[in-house]
Amino acid sequence: MTTKEATYNYVIRLGDNALILGHRLSELCSRGPILEEDLALTNIALDMIGRAQALLKYAAELEGKANTEDDIAYRRAEINYHNYLITEQPNGDFANVIARQLFISVYEYLFFSELENSKDETLSAIAKKAIKEVKYHKQHAIDWTLRLGDGTAESHKRLQKALNDLWMYTGELFEMDNIDTYLLHQHIAVDAMALKTKWQSEIDRILTEATLSVPEDTYMQTGSKKGIHTENLGHILSEMQYLQRAYPDAKW
Amino acid sequence: MHNEHSDAHFQSRIDSGEHIEAKDYMPEGYRKHLIRQMSQHAHSEVIGMQPEGNWITRAPSLRAKQILLAKIQDEGGHGLYLYSAVETLGVSRAELIEQLQSGKAKYSSIFNYPALNWADIGAIGWLVDGAAIVNQVSLQRTSYGPYSRAMVRICKEESFHQRQGYEIMTTMMRGTKDQKAMAQDAMNRWWWPALMMFGPHDSDSPRSSDAVKWKIKRETNDELRQKFIDKTIPQAELIGLTIPDKNFKLDEKTGHYTLSPINWDEFHRVIAGHGPCNKQRLEHHIKYHEQGAWVREAAEAYKIKHSKKELQTV
Repeated sequence: MTTKEATYNYVIRLGDNALILGHRLSELCSRGPILEEDLALTNIALDMIGRAQALLKYAAELEGKANTEDDIAYRRAEINYHNYLITEQPNGDFANVIARQLFISVYEYLFFSELENSKDETLSAIAKKAIKEVKYHKQHAIDWTLRLGDGTAESHKRLQKALNDLWMYTGELFEMDNIDTYLLHQHIAVDAMALKTKWQSEIDRILTEATLSVPEDTYMQTGSKKGIHTENLGHILSEMQYLQRAYPDAKW
Repeated sequence: MHNEHSDAHFQSRIDSGEHIEAKDYMPEGYRKHLIRQMSQHAHSEVIGMQPEGNWITRAPSLRAKQILLAKIQDEGGHGLYLYSAVETLGVSRAELIEQLQSGKAKYSSIFNYPALNWADIGAIGWLVDGAAIVNQVSLQRTSYGPYSRAMVRICKEESFHQRQGYEIMTTMMRGTKDQKAMAQDAMNRWWWPALMMFGPHDSDSPRSSDAVKWKIKRETNDELRQKFIDKTIPQAELIGLTIPDKNFKLDEKTGHYTLSPINWDEFHRVIAGHGPCNKQRLEHHIKYHEQGAWVREAAEAYKIKHSKKELQTV
């Protein structure tokens, strides 16, 4: 494995996280509980797709096969996608959307704050931009966690259920495989495992303030680094890739 | 001297080109006309998010997806901005939404047509936003200050949308046979409904006279429609799209295009609720509004709880 090959894989993973979460959030357009929230969620989706484009473009460069970011996004099969399982989970109700946003944005804030120091200049630049956006995503998620947790009995119950349901997908965020470790030694990748304590304590603090309980530890689902997904990803890709697959010669 | 609260004084302010502001005296008919027109405009922005939203997850490139997301976000923002402008006339957003959902308030009938292929996203930007801009540019000079200012802001973004829509159509007309067919199909379906967006002919438009007298409306339906037609036909021809009208021609004397008669039966049928998507659009709005009720209640409960806490600590 060369550094370039490892970096390609690393960048694909980051790009896929942004793309698939952006896809899920974009499904919420015109479905928000209030118009302001429709705009906020669309805005976060837009940040995510923008980040995906920057990362997949870089992946295409590293790959060196004259592919574009669109070829990479629209012509890969499920097994070659490496987004975290949590990003592909269906939106469910608004509480579920917020729980997913909370877990991911708190993680991403810690992650990109570290990636900013990467020796890889492109990754560092992308991280710098991402931090600014994630700061807002995180605040948005925390605000709603507090409102729903400490709002009505129903909102509390819904959010607690969503947090419990998604908890089993949070373990993956801190996994390190040989690609991560290899790039960590070269000061390119982030030590994700080392983020866990901070993430856990921040989640504990937010949930406590929101009068919610921290979910009990359970078996953590895993697979994305190997391309093994939940059943959801296939449906996302069949929708997302439809035009590119149906009209392979067309330029859009 | 006119009494400040007289209709005569109001009309003299209108005639001298002054803006009317929220706290100024206005006849009840003026206020009602504005509420109807501005809320219809706000609802149109919001309902318009649905046909475009239908294609976000299938947008064929990452760039196209971002442009579409940004555009829909703009439309929602316009909706918010316009709701605030209507609120200056003493109606709350909740009341306006209630009127939309009960069918008392209308939204632009164009959104009762479906977005069936990717070129529809181009056609909506180019033709629908293009028609809207012609109307909105004219409304920048409308007599009600908050509405006029909203239009100035909205026009800037709409012209960007129209260019993006035309860019999609251009790309598809330069593309494969399938892409060209999609673009022409979208043109065929959106052309006539876009022309209907300007409303009935001046001779059949019952409210036009008051609106013109009060300078809410600065140009008539037919004048605005003609501007749109004259601007759009050359754009279509430039990229090889056929106007779906065998009888259209340029009148050399006037410099204006003339067309076959518009099918007003269709216009009235769709307004009366029998368009392809009337039921779907309204039900979608109601469904997600109802599904969001517990979220709005929670936000309200949290606000009350925490404003009490703040008071106790003061």
